[in-house]
Amino acid sequence: MIEINAQSIAFAILAVLTLGGGLGVVLNRNLFRGAIWLMVSLFGVAGIFVLLSAPFLAAVQVLVYIGAIAILITFAVMLTRSMTNLGERFVRRTAGIVVAVLLFFFILLGTILPVWGVDGTRYDDVSAPAENVATTRELGVALVDGNQFVLPFEVASLLLTAAMIGAIVIAREDEE
Amino acid sequence: MDCSSVVVCDLLRSGGMDPGLAMFIALLLGVVLVTTIPLVTVIFLIWVERKVAARIQDRLGPNRVGPFGLLQTFADMIKLITKENITPANADRVVYNFAPLLSVVSVVLIWAVIPFTPYHIGTDLEIGALYIVAVASLGTLAIMTAGWASNNKYALLGAFRVVAQLVSYEVPLVFALLVPIMLAGSMGMQDIVYAQAGMWFFFMVPLSAVLLFIASHAETGRGPFDLIEAESEIIAGFNIEYSGMKFGMFFAAEFIHVFTNAVLMAVFFFGGWWGPGALDAPLLALLYLGLKSAVIYFIYLWVRNTFPRVRIDQLLDLNWKFFVPLSIVNVLVVAFVLKILQELQIAVPLNASTNFLATIPMTVVLLLVNVAMTYALIAWLRNRGAKARQVDLANQHEDIVVAGAAGD
Repeated sequence: MIEINAQSIAFAILAVLTLGGGLGVVLNRNLFRGAIWLMVSLFGVAGIFVLLSAPFLAAVQVLVYIGAIAILITFAVMLTRSMTNLGERFVRRTAGIVVAVLLFFFILLGTILPVWGVDGTRYDDVSAPAENVATTRELGVALVDGNQFVLPFEVASLLLTAAMIGAIVIAREDEE
Repeated sequence: MDCSSVVVCDLLRSGGMDPGLAMFIALLLGVVLVTTIPLVTVIFLIWVERKVAARIQDRLGPNRVGPFGLLQTFADMIKLITKENITPANADRVVYNFAPLLSVVSVVLIWAVIPFTPYHIGTDLEIGALYIVAVASLGTLAIMTAGWASNNKYALLGAFRVVAQLVSYEVPLVFALLVPIMLAGSMGMQDIVYAQAGMWFFFMVPLSAVLLFIASHAETGRGPFDLIEAESEIIAGFNIEYSGMKFGMFFAAEFIHVFTNAVLMAVFFFGGWWGPGALDAPLLALLYLGLKSAVIYFIYLWVRNTFPRVRIDQLLDLNWKFFVPLSIVNVLVVAFVLKILQELQIAVPLNASTNFLATIPMTVVLLLVNVAMTYALIAWLRNRGAKARQVDLANQHEDIVVAGAAGD
């Protein structure tokens, strides 16, 4: 069974933060508060990264997702004050619910199966993560090493640059 | 962490306490200590700030309460605490009351990774510098939520400016921070201090230091970058509705932020606690850090009280058209030169054992590169300024001619 120690308590708190924040985003009528809940949720995820011995990812999570993306979301929300208090009921769509539940089920399956297997026995290689904790230096090298992730890294950079240029072109006023 | 390496923990355990509990109490005490340092320092800093501002403006400053007005801050604190805490009727109550807390927390959290002495640091994270940037970005959030939750037009305008200003200036800030990280080869705060054992980074890369100074000054939102508050335009902006100690918390957060920036400047570019004999006497190390921070803090105050406020368009132009390109070029050039130096075996590995003489060739080359960049920059700026003036003059001339032709 799950051992009760400082780590599992911390994990429980962070899990509540993450899931509770997510629920807050979906259920809150007030858009601004929804954005705040999103930050709570993202903060919980950052905490889980720390528990998984990935402090670099945790810091990046806070910096990029809370410090930049969530703040831009709140900025957009603030510009639409009339929208911040939605009074009307949600539109109920059975199909949407079915798709959401199915999606959740498959994600759950995809997360659990690689770790626990079909018959419920836990694979040993994932239970000992302390051996292969990467330092920030190794992470950096992995991103530019020809044998590791240089191609995905460059493709992602190119994609982001293209997206940014596209956004600027769309937002730009026509110069007559 | 091991219990026997912590004095308090050892003491508690010898009194017959459970080791786990003893460790917890020791860590808790450490956390309380680290968070109390900035909060207590700020009480004194407010007095310093007011005195310095007064002297620069040819006034006396606080001089009634206590010797030299030293107790003025305590009187102010008592006043703020006894004042009524107003929450506007249409404010978002929870968010409104949460924002001042967050603004203080975001700054105090930075102190967790500040190396006070070789042996005293909250926690020497491997990603110290990145942690600082990440945590500091929460301050932006505090000011934004405050502006929105107040349900006030001026507060909202202030919040908009926050996004424009603070988020923009984070870009040159991070790029400037990359340079000392590159030189030290680590993001750990202690590593960065040890790397400056031979030579302060300021003498290797002064341009980055200046960039970090300006960007971090803009991050605190103080003059000449005090557009967030701008009393004469949006009457105190985001904190317009706050009263009593809730206002006091924003106020304190700002002051702590400035001092924190001074300490960070000292750590990143001026060797932190490093000085003669610092390794043997932690108190001396603390004194070195304090002295360096105090000098830099004074420069922050000096700048704040000397320059007039810039306009919002000037502020953003300055950032996106000047600081961002400059900081990117700076990082690229320093990285390139540093790599060449390393390949040519001129650059020495920087660590605690590096002596002054060994760093000289490396320092000279990096300094020359920085001087060359600065010279090119100034030449470009002068050229641009001259062109702008010529255009202005030509326009004026046209105006005069047109006015004369109209016969009035």
